[in-house]
Amino acid sequence: MSRQNSARADGKKVSSELFTLTYGALVAQLVKDFESDEAVNKKLDEMGYNIGVRLIEDLIAKGNVGRCHDLRETADIIAKLGFKMFLGVTPVVTKWSTAADEFSLILENNPLAEFVELPSGHENLNYSNILCGVLRGALEMVQMEVEISFVQDALRGDDTTELRVKFIKRLEDAIPAGEE
Amino acid sequence: MDKFDGTVRINKKTTNILERPLNKGRNEVHISSFALLFSEIVQYSQNRVTTVADLQTKLSDMGKSIGSRMLDVLVLREKGYKRETRIINVLLFIKTTVWKSLFGKEADKLEQSNDDDKTYYIIEKEPLVNKFISRQKDKGGLNCAYFIAGIVEEILFGCNFHCKVTAHWHKGTTFMIQFDESVIARDKAFDAR
Repeated sequence: MSRQNSARADGKKVSSELFTLTYGALVAQLVKDFESDEAVNKKLDEMGYNIGVRLIEDLIAKGNVGRCHDLRETADIIAKLGFKMFLGVTPVVTKWSTAADEFSLILENNPLAEFVELPSGHENLNYSNILCGVLRGALEMVQMEVEISFVQDALRGDDTTELRVKFIKRLEDAIPAGEE
Repeated sequence: MDKFDGTVRINKKTTNILERPLNKGRNEVHISSFALLFSEIVQYSQNRVTTVADLQTKLSDMGKSIGSRMLDVLVLREKGYKRETRIINVLLFIKTTVWKSLFGKEADKLEQSNDDDKTYYIIEKEPLVNKFISRQKDKGGLNCAYFIAGIVEEILFGCNFHCKVTAHWHKGTTFMIQFDESVIARDKAFDAR
């Protein structure tokens, strides 16, 4: 305990309860502010995107990773490095499509949904939708356009929580406007 | 053994969320995850208010929803179901237990005001929520530690200590706790007994 506490005290880690409850407070606020679950999902995805584009720098700087050569490598890094580093869990990478351009991330424990129960009337809410945005934003910064969606969510009574990642295309290096 | 495992898993699915065992609360996430999430919260809130005071109230309200949940968890896990009834004890509970489980350390200082017996201060040099937020002069004293002030206020409220908690830029950040008159009277009645 003292060891972990000291990791918190020197500011590298925070309690996952604080994190989970903070996220819960945000979702609760959004549900209050927006009229439909779809609008909340969209907002969460947007916020996640903003986080993702910044988070990727952290991952590359601290994780000591280079460019990925294929999607399998990317999937591996997302699961074993990204999720591990930022959420402390390692999802299982599975269900590859035959063309190897789609895969699923199975989350056994979803740290965002630790104390959560979805009230009735919110069947369309993707509680952890922020994760989709984070992955989309982060991968866009390494020139990959992807589509991400929840296909299963334990909060809605499914067996597991499953995120489907679909590779769309490689983004070309764009030269910023006004520069050679 | 395998069979036993299987039944447990089935049970886990069907049990109500309140019947699941409470974890030990030792799990941790990376500080960037929290910092970026909090930053999105501040930005989102900022876009929906017009004044600094409203923004602080909004952050404090979010903190409150955390405070009420943390209180139950901590009383159950750390205090053996016992809640505090005395002012000094409840303040020490916040300074040590609450701070430790949320931020991994005790709060820096706990002080009582010299000239007002209703007012106490919890001083934290660098609160977690302010670590990555620069102080903007044009935002006139905005302090995102109102988020933590909300947590503290709700915990005190949950223990039946009515009070107002505000955050100030003083020796880092100071949380000023002003108790309701009735709370002070009750505490004095305890002494008289």
